[in-house]
Amino acid sequence: MESNELIVCRDVSLGYEGQAILEHLNLTVRSGDYLCIVGENGSGKSTLLRALLGLLSPMSGEIVRSPELRRGAVGYLPQQTKAQRDFPATVYEVVLSGYLNQPGMHFFYTAAQKSGALMNLGKLGVLELKDHCYRELSGGQQQRVLLARALCAAGQLLILDEPITGLDPAAAQDLYKILSYLNRQEGMAVVMVTHDLKAALHSARTVLHIGRSSWFCGTTESYLRSPEGRRFREGDRA
Amino acid sequence: MSLMQMFSYPFMQRALAAGALVSLCCALLGVSLVLKRYSMIGDGLSHVSFGALAVAVALGLTPLYFSIPVVIIAAFFLLRMANHPRWNNDAAIAVMSASALAIGILVISLTTGMTTDVDNYMFGSVLAMTSSDVVLSVGLSAAVLTLFILFYHRLFAVTFDESFSRATGLRVDLYNTLLSVLTALTIVLGMRMMGAMLISSLVIFPALTAMRLFKSFRSVVLSAGVSAVACFVVGLSASFALSTPVGASVVVVDLAVFLLSCAICRLRGAK
Repeated sequence: MESNELIVCRDVSLGYEGQAILEHLNLTVRSGDYLCIVGENGSGKSTLLRALLGLLSPMSGEIVRSPELRRGAVGYLPQQTKAQRDFPATVYEVVLSGYLNQPGMHFFYTAAQKSGALMNLGKLGVLELKDHCYRELSGGQQQRVLLARALCAAGQLLILDEPITGLDPAAAQDLYKILSYLNRQEGMAVVMVTHDLKAALHSARTVLHIGRSSWFCGTTESYLRSPEGRRFREGDRA
Repeated sequence: MSLMQMFSYPFMQRALAAGALVSLCCALLGVSLVLKRYSMIGDGLSHVSFGALAVAVALGLTPLYFSIPVVIIAAFFLLRMANHPRWNNDAAIAVMSASALAIGILVISLTTGMTTDVDNYMFGSVLAMTSSDVVLSVGLSAAVLTLFILFYHRLFAVTFDESFSRATGLRVDLYNTLLSVLTALTIVLGMRMMGAMLISSLVIFPALTAMRLFKSFRSVVLSAGVSAVACFVVGLSASFALSTPVGASVVVVDLAVFLLSCAICRLRGAK
């Protein structure tokens, strides 16, 4: 594993209880990458995310994760649950919890962590919401808060699971802008599962398309020329 | 009769000390349980604890020493059930609590007979606490409180977002287990005073009340603790003054405070 590689998948097959969903996948995520994972429902996108996060071991092949990722320094933005939407917690409390992955058994937050949390809130433009209740925010604001928490936890990689679900188009655009900014200016690698192909192609540099029986992985341009990409585009037009 | 006189009785002092501590623990743990949609686990555990108590009495064992390990084991199972993707979770928990209750009742009726004991177990009795129980309650409550404070931030993270916590390397299963073991301990301790049927309300009511009124997790936890202790003291005094069962009195006070908080919440919303 080279120093700029974050995750390397070699001939990986994934699935549950002996039933493979995704087979013979080769994929490398390097620092600074921007990868979008697209595909139909049930094609194994979420399964792949679980494997990239180290929560699911492959049925065959190997997934090598950088030492930093192995100790949990990953900025993960999961799909929101119903219970979360009316959770009584302030924005600040939520964002600070991103630091709990830091090594060592600390029972309380340090001053550096507290100022880091404020900084990340500022970066995402939600600093003035610090003392607001999470459940009273709009969907877009909630995603920004969760992204700020992800930044607290992250080293060099953000992993996002359908981040624009439930957002209105303007809020979704905002989120993509933030992600591009974090990718370009802060060198944060982004891996995102999404349904929104158009926007994904606009900002991503690499696309992984997971189909029923095969997968395609390459730059955005080569994806658009590939049979998978063409079909997707035609489906879009229809 | 004045408050001072009331608490000059040793049994009332014991009830006050143990009950207030148990209420506090229940409320703190309850916030996490309610938010994680685990309210039924508290209910299930109290029924298992009833069954265990009945078996312990039949075998002539010290009730607490027997029921604590049994209920902790049950807590593991209930947690597994609640998280199992394939099982019908609430049905499984309901089946488990009804079975434990039935076994307890059978054991009692076959051995000591259906005496007032059953009534005490089901609905609680202020006389149930012996002084050695109080010592145990104080010790265990102190342990619960210490662990809760030390792991407060982690319990928050696990309650708020299990998938994120898991992905960032927090040992989610460990903290879930911690939560259910602490709940199991608290419920066993409180059950004989509050009654098997009523103890779970100590877990649920303070959290619901606090969630209506407060917006940060910390203030919800603190106010749940304060309201639980206050409701317990008021309920205990009322039960003494009116000669009503202590468990039911405390629950009714909790209910009243909850309805009040709903009204306040409504009024705030109307503004």
